[in-house]
Amino acid sequence: MTTENLLEIKNLRVTFRLGKNERFEALQGVNYVIPKNSVVALVGESGSGKSVSAMAIMDLLPRANTEIPADSGMVFEGTDLLKQTEKQRRDLCGKHISMIFQDPMTSLNPVYRVGDQIVEVLRLHKPLSKNEAKKRAVELLREVGIPDPETRINSYPHEMSGGQQQRVMIAMAIACEPKLLIADEPTTALDVTIQKQIIELLMKLKQSHGMSVLFITHDLELVREIADHVVVMHRGVIKEQGPAESVFTAPKDPYTRALLACRPTIDKRPIRLPIVEDFLQGREHELPQGERSRGVSPADPIILQVNNLKKTFRVKQGLFSHKEVAAVKDVSFKLARGKTLGIVGESGSGKTTLGKTILRLNSCEGGEVIYNNKNLMGLSDREFQPYKRQLQIIFQNPYASLNPRFTVGDILLEPMRVHGIHDTDKDRADHAIQLLRRVGLDEKAFHKYPHEFSGGQRQRISIARCLSMKPEILVCDESVSALDVSVQAQVLNLLQELQDEYGMSYLFISHDLSVVKYISDEVLVMHHGEMVEYANSDELYREPKHAYTQKLLAAIPGR
Amino acid sequence: MTQQQASYGFWRAAGKRLWADKLARFCMAVLVVYFLVAGAAGMGWVAKDWNEEVGVSYANPSFLGDDYPNPQGKNSIISQDVLVIDEKQKAVDPLAPYYEEIEKNAAAYEKAEVKPSWTLLLGGDKWGRDVLDKVIKAGQVSISIGLASALLAVFIGTVLGALGGYFGGKLGDLLEWFYNIFTSVPYILLVLAFAAVFGKGVSTVILVLGFVGWTGTYRLIRAEYIKQRGRDYVMAANAIGASHGRKMFVHILPNVSHLILVQLSQLVVDFIKAEVILSFLGLGVPTDSVSWGIMINEVMPELVLGKWWQLATVAVVMSTFVVSFGLFTDLLRDALDPKASRR
Repeated sequence: MTTENLLEIKNLRVTFRLGKNERFEALQGVNYVIPKNSVVALVGESGSGKSVSAMAIMDLLPRANTEIPADSGMVFEGTDLLKQTEKQRRDLCGKHISMIFQDPMTSLNPVYRVGDQIVEVLRLHKPLSKNEAKKRAVELLREVGIPDPETRINSYPHEMSGGQQQRVMIAMAIACEPKLLIADEPTTALDVTIQKQIIELLMKLKQSHGMSVLFITHDLELVREIADHVVVMHRGVIKEQGPAESVFTAPKDPYTRALLACRPTIDKRPIRLPIVEDFLQGREHELPQGERSRGVSPADPIILQVNNLKKTFRVKQGLFSHKEVAAVKDVSFKLARGKTLGIVGESGSGKTTLGKTILRLNSCEGGEVIYNNKNLMGLSDREFQPYKRQLQIIFQNPYASLNPRFTVGDILLEPMRVHGIHDTDKDRADHAIQLLRRVGLDEKAFHKYPHEFSGGQRQRISIARCLSMKPEILVCDESVSALDVSVQAQVLNLLQELQDEYGMSYLFISHDLSVVKYISDEVLVMHHGEMVEYANSDELYREPKHAYTQKLLAAIPGR
Repeated sequence: MTQQQASYGFWRAAGKRLWADKLARFCMAVLVVYFLVAGAAGMGWVAKDWNEEVGVSYANPSFLGDDYPNPQGKNSIISQDVLVIDEKQKAVDPLAPYYEEIEKNAAAYEKAEVKPSWTLLLGGDKWGRDVLDKVIKAGQVSISIGLASALLAVFIGTVLGALGGYFGGKLGDLLEWFYNIFTSVPYILLVLAFAAVFGKGVSTVILVLGFVGWTGTYRLIRAEYIKQRGRDYVMAANAIGASHGRKMFVHILPNVSHLILVQLSQLVVDFIKAEVILSFLGLGVPTDSVSWGIMINEVMPELVLGKWWQLATVAVVMSTFVVSFGLFTDLLRDALDPKASRR
């Protein structure tokens, strides 16, 4: 590694004008350097300003309401970018600095072939003829590992998988041999196995092209192996930065320690997950020690039994015919009372469909779900109605699952009204306020609207809504996946406390193997609609039997 | 976002955004004036005598003065000889003995003769009616037609759109089919057919416009329901056991209500203009009543005579209203959907 710096960020401040008198300081004097031919990881939760600093480098911030004071500096190979004109910046970006984004599905233009999109980038920055550019595009696609690039160059984005789309984005980014590649959460929208491939690809390209990579992520573990230098950000300030080994092995800042500790890991299962506040308020040493033992024994009472559940979707094919696509094939399991069954799988594995089918939010094409000696799938809608309160669900996206025009009070009262719990609205409101306190919210929340809460708080409201019906079974459909690491730990702790308190049984659906390991007694692995492995979680993680499970476990970052 | 801040919902936030806009405040002020005047006319407080002959035919507007050439105006008076009946004439007049009696009888019906004015504030029409009173009365009729028919159209469109969008399937297909048939018939033909069936009258105009104008709202609301029914919050309502009606009208409807409001105000403008066309074609408001459309219809022969004030009045009054309402609708949409309005 040379000591020369490719990019130096000096005292960068970015302020957004929100309204007439409102300002928000997104970056409060940030300093870091990106040396030549190295990987710098920028780590932080949402709102930490990590993406803002990348956008500032790329000049992608809206000029109309962004203020960068004159004493800030961004020195790229000796020239200060902030002193350059708009046109100079634009020439630089794409040629010497390029960026890949989180979601490849929205970053590629759906109406153009991928080849044309790469050719466009090439011809914008290099004096190439159409044919030369096309040849170069094929080479690039081959380099990023797209099979059969000569024909794939004519594909439209929707004809490719998410992983392949991200590879195309990477091909576009490296098309002009940039010196700096900014990767903004490049794998967050992808499955674990694909994530691993993409990161390997990025590292290979970094080596072969001799470029630097600024890797932005919320997941510290992800960059443990690849980063040379780690910068930890929190609310617009840098909490800690240094060489990767020292940040990971001996983190100095409590916030870094918290980020490392509150993410559940595959090898430990603390009684309660540490949360960021424990570290920031210096309660680090008071954390409960010891591990929670998990597992289901044959003697445990069974509350829900699923036998050979099938779910198929009808897909139109041509004008008249239909094709049946099986989303869930022959899944059977038993859920023990007061225990958690984790359901893991990648996107498209049918895990969410399975959860929704059990709750009859989907139709079902075969098999049975036995609860209280009744097959829920065989009941009419009217007969099923009283069972609805016993089986509840918490959705993935806390921003979408609460009706934006209802106050929190309305949201909590509605299920009680529908199911006739309590006689008067006053009793119901009292109950709702108790529930709000139980899930850790202020009672003032009762009259507020969902948009006034953060993601983690909204997920607490969802949990309170379910609790209002005192369900016996709770389906958590990726319930913590959209949350920041520190908030995730809090919600997981809450779910665990509630299970201990009310004896609820959970079906915990997630793509995140570490979280599933932490919370589950048993684990069911799904792949293409089939269950490939089903065992006690300790056993499954210790010695996975199925090849697919082994592949999944091998792809966990930081392992 | 501070926690101390008063909690306010979607509508209050939208109202605040709307109020912050100077143009929106101006438009609202104009509209309030119109609605107040229309309301007063409806209660009979103003423009009650719009149908009375208060001026001479085509009375001049005051600002032109009574010297402005007008065949019926003051400047057209020709002095006449007064016929004096003297004794000599009485002697040969067979009615002469009855004069006294006739005058006595006539006195029983004595009425102070109201001299039609030579000039009126904004002039008069062919029958000497005050154009100002007329335009106020016409405004009341037109605005109430616009509002009532827009309400009817939006109601039909919303209910059908909600049913079609929420349930889909066979019912959705049926409604789509109905919608397609309906829109395939030319608009004017449809209006003519409805008008022919219902006969003439203000309520007919409302029904015709309402029954013909629901299609746009239907399409919009149906699409929105299709979008919303798959949302997680509807799924969550389903999971807690809410009925179809509840999901449709308690959960989804508030989430599309801002679209309905924008549709409503857009249709008010559209229907006021449509009423003008209908009345112009003679299918609108009956002639014993008045509307902006009727007034425009009456203008044609007047213009040939050079009597331009009725047209000018109705054009200014109506276009001020339509422009204010249209601007207000746009600003309302921006306020209700702040993301879409960022330019």
